[in-house]
Amino acid sequence: MDVMPKWADVILIPVISIILAAILSALVILAIGENPWAALKLMVSGALGSTYGWGYTIYYATNFIFTGLAVAIAAQAKMFNIGGEGQALLGGLGVAIVCLYIPWPHWTVALIGAAAAAALFGAAWAAIPAFLQAKRGSHIVITTIMFNFIAAALLNFLLIGALKAPGMEPATSKFPEPAHLPSFQDMFNFGDTTFFRGAPANVTFFVALAACLFVWALVWRTRLGYEIRSFGESESAAKYAGISPTKIIMVTMLISGALAGMMAINNVQGEAERLVLNAAEGAGFIGIAVALMGRNHPFGVLLAALLFGFLYQGGAELALWTSIPRELIIVIQALVILFTGALDNMVRMPLERLFLAMRRA
Amino acid sequence: MDFATLLQMLDATLRLATPLLLACLAGLYSERAGIFDIGLEGKMLAAAFMSAAIASVTGDVWLGLLAGIGASMLLSGIHGLASITFRGNQLISGVAINFLAAGLTVVIAQSWFKQGGRTPQLAGDARFNPIDLPFAEQLRDVPVFGTIYYELISGHTILVYVALLLVPTTWWVLYRTRFGLRLRAVGENPAAVDTAGVSVIGLRFAAVAICGVLCGIAGAYLATALQAGFTKDMSAGRGYIALAALIFAKWRPWYALYSCLLFGFLQAMALRSDVVENVIGFALNNQLLDVLPFILVVILTGFVGKAAGPKAGGQAYVKER
Repeated sequence: MDVMPKWADVILIPVISIILAAILSALVILAIGENPWAALKLMVSGALGSTYGWGYTIYYATNFIFTGLAVAIAAQAKMFNIGGEGQALLGGLGVAIVCLYIPWPHWTVALIGAAAAAALFGAAWAAIPAFLQAKRGSHIVITTIMFNFIAAALLNFLLIGALKAPGMEPATSKFPEPAHLPSFQDMFNFGDTTFFRGAPANVTFFVALAACLFVWALVWRTRLGYEIRSFGESESAAKYAGISPTKIIMVTMLISGALAGMMAINNVQGEAERLVLNAAEGAGFIGIAVALMGRNHPFGVLLAALLFGFLYQGGAELALWTSIPRELIIVIQALVILFTGALDNMVRMPLERLFLAMRRA
Repeated sequence: MDFATLLQMLDATLRLATPLLLACLAGLYSERAGIFDIGLEGKMLAAAFMSAAIASVTGDVWLGLLAGIGASMLLSGIHGLASITFRGNQLISGVAINFLAAGLTVVIAQSWFKQGGRTPQLAGDARFNPIDLPFAEQLRDVPVFGTIYYELISGHTILVYVALLLVPTTWWVLYRTRFGLRLRAVGENPAAVDTAGVSVIGLRFAAVAICGVLCGIAGAYLATALQAGFTKDMSAGRGYIALAALIFAKWRPWYALYSCLLFGFLQAMALRSDVVENVIGFALNNQLLDVLPFILVVILTGFVGKAAGPKAGGQAYVKER
């Protein structure tokens, strides 16, 4: 018997956790001598006050949807994939290679090709930690962390070496024109009124929405998804039911890595249109906060990704107009992870007691 | 490579291995008690900032060290609260602590010192300065032994010797004291410890507290001994390298020393790539050297051998399951 109704578990606890995180963030802002209310207003107007702001918010959110889904699907099998950052970096490498070396006729085909390459590279980077977890008992968290570092070093190595474009900058050359994805500015241009002018949001956002739908259908509407969830609930029960742990660990991590890798079609192909150093910019780690907040459900991930997109764009505005540094966003991210993840029981236990008392009354 | 250059390399190895060793031993106490700690990095970073900040304000490095330990202990307290008291996920708690430290250190540094997220440069008594061991000067001219003693063994900051002494101390505590036996037991089979009437929660908090102290020293060493002041993200993955060293050492103190020295040597090689190129005849890639610890651990404890941690690691203890 559940102690709490489902809505309390799905909505009430995350909301209370976020309020706690928000209060602490406000205290931090107060402590460094700024006004939290004014900061919030600035963030809202900067991130949501114009189609330009929305264009950035949606762009960031697109990144976080992919990395959030990556963490979420691994979490369905009770695995913690911290390697989203490295997988996204490798996805960028895949995108860069197919965009630079294959002459695409049209962006639609280029998008499909780049998405496939990004997914393949991301999945490949998740495959070794998954194998070591399934077969050799190495802890997947530790190996995926290490693979983040190895990925960053590999990309540094390639971007100052084999893939470097002529010039000073450690980056590839610009992708050819047909491989460029249409931005929201191109799509929502109605003659004299242009929305999202100058913002990096692009068609990848719709791919991200499709990915949400795909993960939902996979996890809750297919046999594989059922096996993944059973494995996550109880490894021994799943084994007894004839589900192979090796297969579930490998397949889940490959899908997870592929999702994280696909982030690269947004930031590498969609925005930068070339591969630069540290292209993922920590989005892989924000996926952890996004998945925790979204309760590992694709719809929750979508909402949480939009919230973090807002925080990211709002935080950039704060850094621009006040003395609050950008790193405040990292603090907020940490608090969200702390309260919705590690300190979940701190919120849950008193609530459960409350609901029990109400039931008895 | 001549003898003097070799000594220089080994000297650098010792200096660079020290923060790794302190963090590695910190993780050893925590993980031997069954509490995973991927927050070593964050605790070091917080301690590095706090020690540099207080040392620069007061001009006294010892006060800085205390403040650094305090900051690290505070984060340890959060980790203990989340993973012991509220039985939360220890890995997620560690991730949160790393980000909390990465963000807060810069935000606070900017607010206090307004130098773009760094502390002022430290000098004089605000830093740990090298100390000469007894007779170093007199023995200097004795061939080989005297040179080694003068160049390599003497002339480090006190924290280097503290870190080295902590290795036998940790061995003794873990394997020769009642506390150590209980600490190891609580990481393998907490129910048995509980049945014997010893507090699992108390022991685990003690382990997490020791971890906090050692990470605090490691961080203070980074900012006040190895370098002269705090800079953004100055721990630079050392917490994770320490974690890799811990796995490499299979959670044993003496092996922790050896693996930290090895990884310290790799860092020294990255610093002196000119020497490396002279010796082996071609240039090693610095990116490769930076991540070689991780690659070694993946290959040697993943594919070749196996490294299994304490059995109850990562699981919160619930009485009367």
